[in-house]
Formats: sequence, structure tokens, C-alpha cells
Amino acid sequence: MERVPILKIGDILLVSIQVDMSDQTAVQLQEDLAERIVATGSHGVIIDITALDIVDSFVGRMLSAIASISKVLDAETVVVGMRPAVAITLVELGLSLNGIRTALNVERGMELIAAARADEWHEADGDEDAETTATS
Amino acid sequence: MTAGIDLGMPATQAIRSDEDVVRVRQLVRTTAVAAKLSLVDQTKLVTAASELARNTLIYGGGGAAEVTTIDDGLRRGIRIVFTDQGPGIPDLDLALTDGYTTGGGLGLGLSGARRLVDDFDIRTGVGEGTRVTVTKWSR
Ligand SMILES: Nc1ncnc2c1ncn2[C@@H]1O[C@H](COP(=O)(O)OP(=O)(O)O)[C@@H](O)[C@H]1O
Ligand SMILES: [Mg+2]
Repeated sequence: MERVPILKIGDILLVSIQVDMSDQTAVQLQEDLAERIVATGSHGVIIDITALDIVDSFVGRMLSAIASISKVLDAETVVVGMRPAVAITLVELGLSLNGIRTALNVERGMELIAAARADEWHEADGDEDAETTATS
Repeated sequence: MTAGIDLGMPATQAIRSDEDVVRVRQLVRTTAVAAKLSLVDQTKLVTAASELARNTLIYGGGGAAEVTTIDDGLRRGIRIVFTDQGPGIPDLDLALTDGYTTGGGLGLGLSGARRLVDDFDIRTGVGEGTRVTVTKWSR
């Protein structure tokens, strides 16, 4: 089975999906990412799907799952590079990709993650549990 | 059923593993490119094929996909037939409902595939297996 590589760039994990993934490879990626988020303490995950020529319900579900898992592990996930034909097809298929943040490219994705982190700190300032939130 | 004459022999891909589902996607993509379907139509057809091939594997216990380029005199199209000798689908209307799944999926494979193609035909019976035929025409 092929495995999708995960790169660490600063505080962010970057996954660039370059192969037509089998379902098993997709499930493996989900597990590998969860482990890497914890091992590296990363607060952001960017999944680059520029090279993917389709997203079906299995991959869509995997993307949603990665977003939920990383949220629980205190990391933001952004999916970048979705092709227009893929977006059109997803909508007709009926996939909503709930809870998934998207951006045009990796650079915008990084900005989105930085902004989301800044917002969180800002909000935490006003909270009673500001210290635990800010230092976690 | 689909009108039109077959252009050439169908290409058949067995569906017995995860990797075979990937091969079905690749076969359909290559055939759709050769038939000059638009990029969006290629994407819709490959996505539908991916959903149906996965169903053939998971629910049908494996089977095959047969991909044929067809012509109705006005336009080209791609016909794909998915067959399995699995348990069949007891309630087809229910299975075609968005969100209905017996396997912990999203329940969008059958209903979504139907929306993504031009013609969709399904023959199934309990204990008789399942045969899904889809066609996408160039426009
Ligand atoms: N080839 C098949 N043989 C038997 N049952 C099937 C087959 N394809 C689909 N089904 C049934 O139809 C349901 C809906 O399928 P689908 O829309 O693809 O959703 P999902 O794959 O997420 O369950 C499946 O959960 C299964 O019960
Ligand atoms: Mg399915």
C-alpha cells in the first residue's frame, strides 16, 4: 500500500496528495496525521489536493474526519487547491464537506491558519480560563 | 436501457480489491478523455464510477466493471456496467435515498452517482446480485 508523506514546515503539517489514493491509503493518512499532530505539537494542517482529479464520498468523509480529529487535537485544518471541476462535482454528488475550511492555495491556507490561531488567543484573553487556553 | 451502437470492444476491469477501484477510475478516465468528454463531465463520470465500483466491492463482494465507448449517431458516450453476484438490494428506493447506508458510509454513492450521469439503470434482486448501468454523453 502506498503512503502519503506528511511534511513539517514550521508549526504546520503539509500533506500534498499526489496519488490516486486507494481507500486504505486514505484511512492510513488519517491515522498518520493524528499521530504527527500529537508528536510535533503542530497547530495547523494543510491538505493540498491540487493533484486530485476527483473527490468522492470516501475521500470527502476522510477530509471531514481529519478536520474533526485535528480540532480535537488543537490544530486547524485547511484544504487547499480544489479544482473547479472537482468542486462542481462534489456539490452534485451531495457532499457538503461540513466543517472544512478551504483556501485557494498553500500560502492562503497558511494565512488562514495564522488568523484562526490569532482569533483564538484574542478570544481567550477575555475568558476566565485564559491562561490554560493561551498556554495549551 | 441505453440507445446507441458500441464502438469497439468493451474494456473489463475486475473489482476484487481497493486497488481495483483505483484501476476502474483510471480506465474510465482514459476512456472519457479519448471520447472527448469535457473536463467537468469526465470528473462527474469518474466520480460516479468510483462510488459504484466501491459498492460492487464492499456490498456486492466483488465483481467487474465493463467500460464501452458508444455512439448514437449524434454524439459519443461512455457506458459502464457494474455487476456483482452479491446479496442484491432489498429496497431500491431506500438505497437510492440520500444519506441511507447499511455500511457506515455517507449514503451518497448510489443517489449521487445517479445525479452525476445522464442515464442510470439498476437491476437487482435479493440473492440475485446487482447490475448498475450508467451512461454519460458528450455534449
Ligand atoms: N452492489 C450492491 N449490492 C448490495 N447492496 C448495495 C450495493 N450497492 C449499494 N448497496 C446498498 O445501498 C446502500 C447505499 O449505497 P450508497 O448510496 O453507495 O451509500 P454507502 O456506500 O455510503 O452505504 C448501501 O449501504 C447498501 O446497503
Ligand atoms: Mg457507496
